[in-house]
Amino acid sequence: MKISDKDVAYVADLAHLELTQEERIRFLRDLNSILEYVDRLNELDTLHVQPMTQMGGLLGAIPDSSREDILEGLRKSLPHDIALANAPDSDGTFFRVPKVIER
Amino acid sequence: MDLQSLTIDAARAAIQERRTTAFALAEDFYLRIEKQDPEIGAYLTLSKERALTKAAEIDALAAKGERLPPLGGVPVAIKDVMATRDVRTTAGSKILGSYVPPYDCTAVARMESAGAVVLGKLNCDEFAMGSSNENSAWRPVRNPRDLSRVPGGSSGGSAAAVAANMAVATLGSDTGGSIRQPASFCGVVGLMPTYGRVSRYGLIAFASSLDRIGPLAKTVTDAALVLRTIAGRDPMDSTSADVPVPDYVAELAKPVEGLNLGVPKEYFGEGLDGEVRESVEAAIQKLAKAGCEIVPISLQHTKYAIPTYYIVATAEASSNLARFDGVRYGYRANAAHSLSEMYRRSRDQGFGPEVKRRIMLGTYALSAGYYDAYYLKAQKVRTLLAQDFAEAFERVDAIVTPTSPTAAFKLGEKVDDPLAMYLADIFTVTANLAGIPGISVPCGETKEKLPIGLQILGKHFDEATILRVGRAVEQN
Repeated sequence: MKISDKDVAYVADLAHLELTQEERIRFLRDLNSILEYVDRLNELDTLHVQPMTQMGGLLGAIPDSSREDILEGLRKSLPHDIALANAPDSDGTFFRVPKVIER
Repeated sequence: MDLQSLTIDAARAAIQERRTTAFALAEDFYLRIEKQDPEIGAYLTLSKERALTKAAEIDALAAKGERLPPLGGVPVAIKDVMATRDVRTTAGSKILGSYVPPYDCTAVARMESAGAVVLGKLNCDEFAMGSSNENSAWRPVRNPRDLSRVPGGSSGGSAAAVAANMAVATLGSDTGGSIRQPASFCGVVGLMPTYGRVSRYGLIAFASSLDRIGPLAKTVTDAALVLRTIAGRDPMDSTSADVPVPDYVAELAKPVEGLNLGVPKEYFGEGLDGEVRESVEAAIQKLAKAGCEIVPISLQHTKYAIPTYYIVATAEASSNLARFDGVRYGYRANAAHSLSEMYRRSRDQGFGPEVKRRIMLGTYALSAGYYDAYYLKAQKVRTLLAQDFAEAFERVDAIVTPTSPTAAFKLGEKVDDPLAMYLADIFTVTANLAGIPGISVPCGETKEKLPIGLQILGKHFDEATILRVGRAVEQN
């Protein structure tokens, strides 16, 4: 087993997921089986291989100044009411969320 | 009008020559959807008002005798991972169940500017994560060729809609095979363009270094026409490339004679279904007869593609999906006492099991202490996979392989085994990792009449060549 139920709880916390007890058991099994399969990557010696960190090389250089929206000045923001239209809770001016500061 | 054989050019010509109207054609398609879709499940949302308004606009042009734009009046549909202004966009997820975007995805906007009539939004695996469309939060899609089987995924609705003649062409997205594999399973053409070829502005992100938007259609010519419409630099997407867009349709007229086609031995080994192998080998023989030079090649790191993919893709997904927090849009769980509880409960209730599984895997791969062992390692192997292709393309013009190791499998067959499901993408993920384009073209059927697809992979920004080879397969 590569990971334990403690790891599952820790990672769920990092990912802002609560997970039911059943899900934790299921994911413990699934993640271990997937990670075991991923282990075959260690057959390869990659000491001197550069990581492929992004696809940007493919696109050619794109200087920020080529962005038409910047050349023309900043793009207009969404109107207030439209930006709030999909919010689960708002007071018409701000997004509303449960209390952040706990006493 | 016979919807079955209707191609883009045929639809446009019929409207241009006033043999029908765009309005009547759209209504024909809605009737067909009403009749067929309850058993298939390709559509999640119909955009009738928007479609009929556009159709009326096209009819007005036709009535004045004006030349219609390239997709004038052509009924199309869009995978539900692309934002459509004022039309619900769910990404197949409950967490976006009532999300109505305030803007259009660039690819959708370009389709409409070219005259297309957008009939609605198509079912898919939740956040495009899946190979069978069974991960949709709403309902699975069934394969029009055999309702007991899956249409493939994640663009299952996009492939099924074309196969069942419920749209002339559709847009899908492909992160590890999500256009090509369902195209293969449903017997249609599916094209994944080069990374950067098509703007992703308005595409709900899964894995940003892998995601592409591309067409599914009945013919290679239609796929070329749609690609020509949506390709090209977009100031709204800094990852869209400033590379000239050729006339992909005109390029189809060039002969395939003299092209060198690589056949990688790693794609014909263990796990490949016998009937798929026969059919693909027969297609390759036909290409040889058409004057192509068949070159045996090796892509030696192929067996490392799936593990590499599932680390890179899930790591990026865990980061992209962090935005779903129940604050600005999307589902929010009730009765949370703190902000952190609200986040956790909203995500818990809003995401389905496969999405949570991938967020967990990706978060783990990026977490302190494991980053080097998993994420960095995968990025290095990704370099090796890309080098395999770069070396092969020094000798060949395109590479031909099966699209999927098997034809469409049964619903429920792989849902309990995530790893078995991931292996359905074994021949498609490498192209996403390397940034190259790929197309799946029907090349035969199994004894049970299930479609088989041939995959053609090309050099960066050389969609013209793979389309041309695809056309040759189609003609044989």
